Amino acid sequence: MAEHPASNGAYAIEARKLNVFYGDFHAVKDVDLTIEKNKITALIGPSGCGKSTVLRSFNRMNDLIPVARVQGDVLFHGKNIYDSDVDPVQVRRRIGMVFQKPNPFPKSIYDNVIWGAKINGFRGDFDALVEESLRGAALWDEVKDKLDANGYSLSGGQQQRLCIARALAVKPEIILMDEPTSALDPIASLRIEELMIQLAEEYTIIVVTHNMQQAARVSDYTAFFTVDEHRTGYLEEFGVTDELFTVPKSKITEDYITGRFG
Amino acid sequence: MTTHHFPEGQDLERFIKRRRQKGVFWRSLFLLATTLGVIILMVLLLSIIDDSLGYAAVQYKIEPHDLVVDFYQAIVLDASNARTFDDADALARALAQTPAAVGLLEEDVFLAHADALRALAVEDGGLTGVVVAVSQQNDWAQSMRSGEMMTLFTIAETWADVRPGWPNTPIQRYLPPADSPLLTSFIAQTYGDDPAQQPVEALLAMLAQQLSPGALRQLMAEKPLAQRTQAEVLDILEERVLQPTILETWSLSQSLFHKDEIEKAMAAMPAAALEFRHWVTWDFITSPQSSKPELAGVRTAIIGSLWVVLITLLFSVPVGIGAAIYLEEYGSGSRLDQFIENNINNLAGVPSIIYGMLGLAVFVRALEPLTSGSLFGLADPTTANGRTILAAGLTLGLLILPIIIINAREAIRAVPRALREASYGLGATRWQTIWHHVLPNAIPGILTGSILAISRAFGETAPLVVVGASTAIFMDPSGPFSKFTTLPIQIYQWTSRPQAAFQNLAAAAIIVLLALLLALNAVAVILRNKYQRSY
Repeated sequence: MAEHPASNGAYAIEARKLNVFYGDFHAVKDVDLTIEKNKITALIGPSGCGKSTVLRSFNRMNDLIPVARVQGDVLFHGKNIYDSDVDPVQVRRRIGMVFQKPNPFPKSIYDNVIWGAKINGFRGDFDALVEESLRGAALWDEVKDKLDANGYSLSGGQQQRLCIARALAVKPEIILMDEPTSALDPIASLRIEELMIQLAEEYTIIVVTHNMQQAARVSDYTAFFTVDEHRTGYLEEFGVTDELFTVPKSKITEDYITGRFG
Repeated sequence: MTTHHFPEGQDLERFIKRRRQKGVFWRSLFLLATTLGVIILMVLLLSIIDDSLGYAAVQYKIEPHDLVVDFYQAIVLDASNARTFDDADALARALAQTPAAVGLLEEDVFLAHADALRALAVEDGGLTGVVVAVSQQNDWAQSMRSGEMMTLFTIAETWADVRPGWPNTPIQRYLPPADSPLLTSFIAQTYGDDPAQQPVEALLAMLAQQLSPGALRQLMAEKPLAQRTQAEVLDILEERVLQPTILETWSLSQSLFHKDEIEKAMAAMPAAALEFRHWVTWDFITSPQSSKPELAGVRTAIIGSLWVVLITLLFSVPVGIGAAIYLEEYGSGSRLDQFIENNINNLAGVPSIIYGMLGLAVFVRALEPLTSGSLFGLADPTTANGRTILAAGLTLGLLILPIIIINAREAIRAVPRALREASYGLGATRWQTIWHHVLPNAIPGILTGSILAISRAFGETAPLVVVGASTAIFMDPSGPFSKFTTLPIQIYQWTSRPQAAFQNLAAAAIIVLLALLLALNAVAVILRNKYQRSY
C-alpha cells in the first residue's frame, strides 16, 4: 500500500486518484478530494458527471453493483476503505447515507429508527435512542404521539427526516446525502437544508445536489464535476463555496454556474 | 401563407375517421378473443355439469319400499291377537261387536258400517285411503298421536299400553290380508317406507333378517353392529341388501328435453325405477373407490391427492425459495449463474411426461429403498416397490420447482432497490437485509406463486401415470409409503370405463377437482390482497 503522508486524520475522508468503472465504462477518472470535518461539502455538476458515483464510493455502496470496480484510495481515519481487510458493513455503519427518494422501511416510525441500531448490536435504551435521533432530525415534535404509525403514513419531507433520524441512530461520523431534496416540495426542501446546517455541528456532511442555489446556500465547500469527451466524469474544480460561485477559476465551472450549460 | 404538411379540411376528417376505424377494428378483435375464451370456458363447464345431473334408471335387488314395508308387515301380522279377514265386510261386522278391537278399513266399507263404527283420528298427520276404526261401544279411544298408532298395531298388548288411563283389556287387531294394498298403504304411511328415515335399531333388524348368519358375523367382526351409526348401517344395507344397479343414465339436457325417449327406454326395463340423481353428493365425496358406480366415491383419490401435494409442497417450496434467493441476492451474474438461470427457465417448459420418466428412473427405481420406505423398515407389504406417494410427490416437486423458482425470483426482484440500499446503508449485512427486508416484502408474492404452482401439481396426470399411480385402489393411503391414486388419475380411469354411470362419476369428480383448485387459487388471491404492497 502506498504511503499517505497527509492522511493524519485532519480530514474526515479523502479520495486519492479515485477511478470507478462500470464494466468497460470508465465512469469517474482520477478524483482527488479532501472533505473537511464538520463541514458541508456539496458535489455538483451536470447529469452523468459521476458525482453520485463518487459519493457512493465513499461508503462502498458501489459494491452492490456487480459490475462496478473501484481503483485508487478512499482514506477514512488514514485507512483505505477499499483495503481487503476492511469490512464494508463496518464502513457503512460509520458513514451513513440518505437517499434521493425517501425510503423508510415499511415498519413503524419507532422500528425504522431502531432497526439499524438493533442489527449493529446496540444494547442501550431504545426509547432514549429513538427520541434523541428524532430530535436530531427535527422530527420528534411531529411524531412523538404516533411512533407506532407506519413510516409511510408520513409526508415526503417527514419521511426524508425519518430517514435522516434512522441514519443518526447508528452514530455515524459522516452522512452522505444523494440529492436528498429532489423528491420534495420547496418548503420541505428548506427544512432539510436547515437541518443539514444544524447537523454539520456534529457530523461531516457530503451532499450531491442538482440545485445550485441549494449548494450555494448550505455548503461550505463545493466540488464541481463534469464529463470529458469519453463521457468520463472528473473533478473540474474544488474550493470554498463562496469563491467557487463568485470567482470560479475554470471557464467550464463558470459556464455551468451561470447556466450556460448543464 | 402557411406550408405545413398536416392534412386539413376534408383530408383531416377522412384521416381522423380512418384512425378511429383502425382503433375500433382492433378493439373488436380483442373483444372477440375474450368472448371466445369465455364461451369455451362456459361450454366446458356446462358439459361437465350436464353430465353430473340427470335421470338414472335404477334397479334394486330388493326395493327399498318393499324392504321396509315387508319388515313392518311381518311385525304387525305377528302382533298378539292379530286376525286377518279376507272379507272387508266380515271385518267390519266383527269389529262392530268387539269393543276392544281395532281394525283397518277402506273408506267406503267404513261408511257402509258407519252406524256401528267410529274412526280414530291421528292428531299429528293423517292417513289417506285407510280408516283406523273401532266399535261404537269403545268409549275411550277418540284420537291418538302417530307414535301411539305405531305401538297400537305392534308391541302394545292392552289398550293401557298405548295410553295409560285406557282400559287394561287386550287389543284385538282386525287386519286386511297380508300384502293387500290397504295393509301395505297403512304400514307405509304409519311406519314409513324409506330406509334412510328408519331408526338404527330397525335397520339392524332388517339387516339381521336379510343377511346370512355368516355374513352377519363377518360384519360384526369388523365393528360391532351396535356401535355403528345409522348412516353406516344404512350404507351396509344399501350395499349388501338393496344392491342398486344403475342400468342407464341420462344427462341433464337429455332429462330436460328428451323425456319421451327416457320413458320409452324405461318401458323396456320394467323392473327399474327412474330416479333424478345429482352425482356430486356428500356420499360421493366421503365414499371410497368402488367397482360399483352406485357406491363409488372419491375419498381415496382426494386423500391421495392431498398426500402427494403435501410431499410436493414440502420438497419444492423450500428448495425453490432457497434457489430463488441465491440467484437473486447472491448470484453474481457469472457464466455459471447464467447457465443455471437459462436451464431453470427451460426446465419450466419441459413436458410433464418427461418428468414422469425422470421420476420413474430416479425415485421409483434408483431410490426404491428410500421411496418404498424399506430403508426405514416402513415398507407397505402390498406396495412392494417404489411406486409410492413419496415418489409421486417428489416427481411433481421436480416438475413445479422451476415454476416456483421463477415466481419467487419475480417476487424478490419486485422488492425495491431503495429498500435494500436503505438497509445496507445502515451497516446491515447481506443476510440481515434479506431476512429483515427482502423476504418479508417478497413473501406474499412467493406464496401466491407457490400456491399457483401447487395447484398445477394438483391437476397433473401424465407424470403420475408413468410413476405408477394405481388406478383401482380401494384403501385410503396411510402415509408417504402407501400406494395411491389421485383425483385426476381417478377421473382418467373412470372416463375410460364402458359403463355409462362412470362417465357421470367422472363429471362429478371433475367438479370436485375444480372446486378444490378454485379454493386453492382463492387462497392465493386472498393472500395477495391481504398483503398489499406497503411501499
